[in-house]
Amino acid sequence: MANTDFSIPRSSQSVISTNKVLKNTYLLLAATLGFSAFTAMVSIALAVPSWMYLVSVIVAMLMGIFVLPRTANSSKGIGVIFLITGLLGFGLGSILSMYLALPNGPQTVGLAFGGTAAIFLGLSGYALTSKRDFSFMGGFIFAGMMVVILAVVANLFLQMPALSLAISSAIILLMSGFILFDTSRIARGEETNYIMATYGIYLAIFNIFISLLQILGIMGDD
Amino acid sequence: MELALKIAAAAVLVLMLFYLWPAYKHWQENGPKAEKGDWQAAILPLGAVVALVVLLIMAVR
Repeated sequence: MANTDFSIPRSSQSVISTNKVLKNTYLLLAATLGFSAFTAMVSIALAVPSWMYLVSVIVAMLMGIFVLPRTANSSKGIGVIFLITGLLGFGLGSILSMYLALPNGPQTVGLAFGGTAAIFLGLSGYALTSKRDFSFMGGFIFAGMMVVILAVVANLFLQMPALSLAISSAIILLMSGFILFDTSRIARGEETNYIMATYGIYLAIFNIFISLLQILGIMGDD
Repeated sequence: MELALKIAAAAVLVLMLFYLWPAYKHWQENGPKAEKGDWQAAILPLGAVVALVVLLIMAVR
């Protein structure tokens, strides 16, 4: 008798579903990064004042906490994530205008951009090819994030350059760990929502870029 | 204006702490524990990140 069972084995379906989440995450990540670059260029062209950075980060964080989790399971989530990343890009433009006006500014911005790209591609490639489970880092990463947030709150008012440098260094390490952690979760099928996955990786890339910009700005005497 | 923005940013960051707290508790209590070689596998790429940042700093100095 001919075999009429055309169903795909469960494990294969799971692999296909995981690959779909991974593909959608990277497609949406590329689109949101491109959109952020566009809004950053608009912001530079409009010579937006530097306080706009803080405003855009505040609004984006509020949307990330209250709006995105409620819309991430529907098509509205795509619009919300473009709104958040567009806002962050717009705020970033005001910071980039400041850096670009410095003597070695364009070099600093270029190095921070290249460094961020190298860190993201290297860590994602490592997490995907090694196929290791980095979820053991979860407790460490979230504890670290909470400590860093407390330090950022303190430094908002203290304005200590040494603390800024320490915070930026800690953010680069934590966000690098987060890329390993999140990429391995997506690759292992533990993250099924590509909008939330994109948001996490986008924030890691954004934070690494801002922190690298700050470190290179301070160390390059700018 | 600037102080008001800083206070607003601080308030949102504190809100973020409350948002992260359940995730931290979840991973601390239910997250898998590291096995032999796990931390080594994580420290290797993180060390490479540190080396890259040091190289970038040397390039701007």
